[in-house]
Amino acid sequence: MTRQMTGAKMVVQALKDQGVDTVFGYPGGAVLPIYDEIFQQNDIRHILVRHEQAAIHAAEGYARSTGKPGVALVTSGPGATNAVTGLTDALLDSIPIIVLSGQVPTFMIGSDAFQEADTVGITRPCTKHNWLVKETDKLSSILHQAFHVATSGRPGPVLVDIPKDVQFATGGYTAKPQAPIGHYQPQVKGDIETITQLVEAIEKAERPVFYTGGGVINSGPGASQLLREIVEATGFPITSTLMGLGAYPASGKSWLGMLGMHGLYEANLAMHGCDLMINIGARFDDRITGRLDAFSPRSKKAHIDIDPSSINKVIKADMPIVGDVGHVLEDVLKIWKARGRKVNREAIAKWWQQIEEWKKVKCLTYKQSETVIKPQYALERLEALTKGRDRYITTEVGQHQMWAAQYLGFEDPNRWMTSGGLGTMGYGFPASVGVQVAHPEALVINVAGEASWLMNMQEMGTAVQFNLPVKQFILNNERLGMVRQWQQLLHGERYSQSWSEALPDFVKLAEAFGAKGIICKDPKDLDDAIMEMLDHDGPVIFDCLVEKHENCFPMIPSGEPHNKMLLGDAQATNAIAGKGAVLV
Amino acid sequence: MSALQIKKGSSKHSAYNLRPTFSDVQETHTITVLVENEPGVLARVIGLFSGRGYNIDSLTVAEVDHEGHLSRITIVTTGTPQVIEQIKAQLGRIVSVRDVHDLTAEGSSVERELALLKVAGAGEKRVEALRLADIFRAQVVDSTLESFVFQLTGTPDKIDAFADLMRPLGLVQVARTGVAALARGAV
Repeated sequence: MTRQMTGAKMVVQALKDQGVDTVFGYPGGAVLPIYDEIFQQNDIRHILVRHEQAAIHAAEGYARSTGKPGVALVTSGPGATNAVTGLTDALLDSIPIIVLSGQVPTFMIGSDAFQEADTVGITRPCTKHNWLVKETDKLSSILHQAFHVATSGRPGPVLVDIPKDVQFATGGYTAKPQAPIGHYQPQVKGDIETITQLVEAIEKAERPVFYTGGGVINSGPGASQLLREIVEATGFPITSTLMGLGAYPASGKSWLGMLGMHGLYEANLAMHGCDLMINIGARFDDRITGRLDAFSPRSKKAHIDIDPSSINKVIKADMPIVGDVGHVLEDVLKIWKARGRKVNREAIAKWWQQIEEWKKVKCLTYKQSETVIKPQYALERLEALTKGRDRYITTEVGQHQMWAAQYLGFEDPNRWMTSGGLGTMGYGFPASVGVQVAHPEALVINVAGEASWLMNMQEMGTAVQFNLPVKQFILNNERLGMVRQWQQLLHGERYSQSWSEALPDFVKLAEAFGAKGIICKDPKDLDDAIMEMLDHDGPVIFDCLVEKHENCFPMIPSGEPHNKMLLGDAQATNAIAGKGAVLV
Repeated sequence: MSALQIKKGSSKHSAYNLRPTFSDVQETHTITVLVENEPGVLARVIGLFSGRGYNIDSLTVAEVDHEGHLSRITIVTTGTPQVIEQIKAQLGRIVSVRDVHDLTAEGSSVERELALLKVAGAGEKRVEALRLADIFRAQVVDSTLESFVFQLTGTPDKIDAFADLMRPLGLVQVARTGVAALARGAV
């Protein structure tokens, strides 16, 4: 039995059927009928953001911290175009979000109507899939299919564009169980023959390393559990990409820390020197591999990924396994146990000895100061004072993001939200809003730089309106720190436009929004100031004035392999030369 | 020394694309893609090629199953073996794509293209054009006292050869459909 209802009512009904409890959005002319339906019900909470880009990032934060899809609602034209950055961000980081956009009525499409944009055309390359709904009768099944596509296989953003006349018109509602999900059914089980090859390689490996990524987190908490089991049982070292932090606990004994351009020395050298690399849900991103022709030259590489296009895209896999991380790890463990849980203990012990030598370099050492707050010190204190709490961290993009990844420890998946693939400045604040909405009792901190943070600072309004006690921990160096660092290393210290001039007084800014502002510039006051931030029940802007010219190390310069890391400023002069200069 | 000197094997866009483990031999493949015939599906496929910098040598598309709403897109593309593999994997990722087959890699196939060629001329050239058309089994589908329009079906090579012969005889315009292709055999 199909029920008759208006398209606008269908939207709300479909969201309820899908178990959605929160929508992030901003109203406008082309979505008024849907907002009218939202007004007349209490099951779905609407969080009014101050900019559509923030709605998408908030939905991403909600999705990453819960494992459920995030939902955003925007109007036609500028509402939809403002969503594009968030959609692209979610596409590159494989975050399941459903964006509903209003559209001018079907009979006006193509007439350059007021607030008309070719939304499905514009968002086609930045969504996993999108739909323009032209008949109310098809709306509900498309909405259910949208959830299916966003959450199946490699997750990603989808968009459903709904013209205003389709929202007003009446049609038949198809409930979720009856809705056809279409032919989209990605493979989740890995090929057993290749998995067996991987098990054989695990048994023989002398210098193995697990290299894990966001795919482990996306596969669900079960996958992280299996990963921990296999790491403990084999005793192999493990490193992770920026996106995969928390899948294996930072306190775990096999943990090497993050790898990549600003990864740890021991992690990168383990990748360079290994004889078996087991890539689980990572994609050999250019931030990870550095120079390709010198990437881990002596290793056999296994690659587990649910997306067949990730395999052999950048690095040739000797053991390609297409499948869901959770399913594949289950099979790996089962087969490995059945064959007698063998590993080459002697060689592994020697490998660990080598890794311990690398660890002695203490690559995260920095020069402490009595007078200025070092950004690394600020994060060390934040880590110490929040450890063990029910804590979620988001970040903006830049030096602070890398320092947060280096100096904060993540014990569980879904606790770390950062814009990895797209590198979206302005992501962190709205993402923290989305996380806090999903976890009202938790401690949610956005580690930010002052420049990134200003990109979506209007969300202070959202935080205050919905009483979201998000902590904005701004490492303020009055610079676009990462840009400045590259200008120093690459462009002869000509600091073109990387100075944040005319910054606001962040304490007054917080107060203007009705929130609390804290400023701290003396290392001796830092602990008290952080405690004051943590103890305040409400949103806080923490203006942490840090060393202005600190560089982020370790660093693999562009165009160099893993074993050519820079550990500090002394090594950095003219470090990027030749073809490295064209790389970003 | 130029800072932008990039060694062989890398693309001009980025030196990240140093791919020593991959072959750099260019191959031409015919890929057939069965898609759900919905608005924008062709844009999805073409957008993939332009967005990721792949080549399209030829492309044909038409609905082939009216009841099932399915269209077949036949794409001829050129790239290294690794790029060809990526193209297939990326096509397979599009939600409206049902099926992707590489006819060049998966055994033998038949490939045909149709072309219309307008040849204008008089006297000996006109006679010669007609004689060559007969050898190529091209049909005359339009004729005036100064011109012919030939219709020719065959492999792209055959059409190239015919067009080359017609050029000195007064070739004015060519319209080609692009390749349609199917695997040989029962399935």
